[in-house]
Amino acid sequence: MQIYDLIIIGAGPAGITASVYSARKKLNFLVISLDIGGQAAWSGDIENYTGYQFITGPDLAQKFHEHMRKYDTLLKENEEVLELKRSNGVFLVRTNKSDYNSRSVIIASGKRSKELGVPGEKEFKNRGLTYCATCDGPLFSAKDVAVIGGGNSALDAALQLVKIARQVNIVNNRPALGGDEIMRQKVEGAANVTVFNNSQVISVTGDKFVGAIKIKDNSGVRDLSVQGVFVEIGLVPNSAFARDVEKNNRGEIKINLRNETNIPGIFAAGDVTDVPEKQIIIAAGEGSKAALSVFRYLATSKF
Amino acid sequence: MSKSVKVYSTPTCPWCIRAKQFLQENNIDFQNIDVSSNQQAVDELVQKSGQMGVPVLDIEGEIIVGFDKERIKQSLGIS
Repeated sequence: MQIYDLIIIGAGPAGITASVYSARKKLNFLVISLDIGGQAAWSGDIENYTGYQFITGPDLAQKFHEHMRKYDTLLKENEEVLELKRSNGVFLVRTNKSDYNSRSVIIASGKRSKELGVPGEKEFKNRGLTYCATCDGPLFSAKDVAVIGGGNSALDAALQLVKIARQVNIVNNRPALGGDEIMRQKVEGAANVTVFNNSQVISVTGDKFVGAIKIKDNSGVRDLSVQGVFVEIGLVPNSAFARDVEKNNRGEIKINLRNETNIPGIFAAGDVTDVPEKQIIIAAGEGSKAALSVFRYLATSKF
Repeated sequence: MSKSVKVYSTPTCPWCIRAKQFLQENNIDFQNIDVSSNQQAVDELVQKSGQMGVPVLDIEGEIIVGFDKERIKQSLGIS
C-alpha cells in the first residue's frame, strides 16, 4: 500500500489551509473529508475574515475550495474517518470506504452540531427540524419558527430567519442572550423576534411535520406553535475516531503551540482542538501552523 | 438518451452547491429548482421526498435526498 507523507482529515478552514501549505511544500499528501468548507460553509454573513469586509459562508467556503483545487490536491470527499492508529511504524487511517497509510496526520475534523436530546428531535429531523439555517432557512418563508439557543450561532440563525419567516421565537435556556453585542442588538431590534429566556425545550411535536414545541420556564410548560425548529445549542468535536490522542473534558484534542498532540506525528488544528477561540480565521491560521510543523517533523524524522 | 435531472435547492446550502458542481463536472444537464421564496416548489419537494431538507435530486423519478454521491453516480451511470 502507498505510504503518504501526510493525511489531512477534514476540509474546513483548517484542513484546506493545511492543504495549501502542504501543496506548496510539495508533500505527497491526501485530504479526507465528509464535506467541503466545514462549519464555514454553514455560516451566514461573515464580516471578520480579513480581506473580506463582507462575504457569506458558502462563498468563503467556495473560495477555500477553489484555492485547494488550484494545486490538484488529492481529495477523498464524502469519506468518513472511523479509526486512526499506529500500525507497522506508520499511521493507518481507516474510513468507511478504504484504508490509507501515512507518516504523519493532521486532524482538522472540526465540530458538528450538538443535538437537543429531547423526544421528537430524531423523528422530525428534516421534517421541520434542522441544524442548518443557512441551508434550510429559505424553506420557511412566511412561517413561524423557533431558534433554540442563545449564543452567536443562534443569533446568526435568527438574523437569517427574520428576513424569511413570519415570526422568529428564540428559546434560550439562560437568563439573557449571549453572543456578540452587535448581533444581539440586531436581533433584539427586529420586529418579528420574541425571546424566551430561562426556557427549555422539552419536546418537539407534530403530525407528519413539526407543528409545535413544548417549552418549560419558571411559570410552567406551554406549547409554542411553530412549523420550523432550528437547533443552535453549540457544537461537539469530531474526535472520537482518534482514540489514543489526548483530549480535554470537552472532547477537544489537546495541542501545544506547534499543533503537536501527545502522539509524535499526529498534529491537530482548528475547532477540533483545545485552541482558545473558535473562529474561521483562527482555524485557517492553525491549519497553516500545523502544516509547517508537519514539514519540519518529516524533515527531521527518520523513516 | 440522458436522464432528466432536477435539483431542488436553495442558493445558500453548501450541499446543494456541491451537488450542482458535481453534476456540472460530469457534464450532466439538470434543471435547478430554487425552492427559496417559491412555495409551490417547496410543496413539490415535500410531496416527492416526504421531508424538507435540501438538496433533493429527482433523476427521472428516482428521489435522492442529500448529496449522496454514490447513489447519484449509480443512478446516472457515472464511473
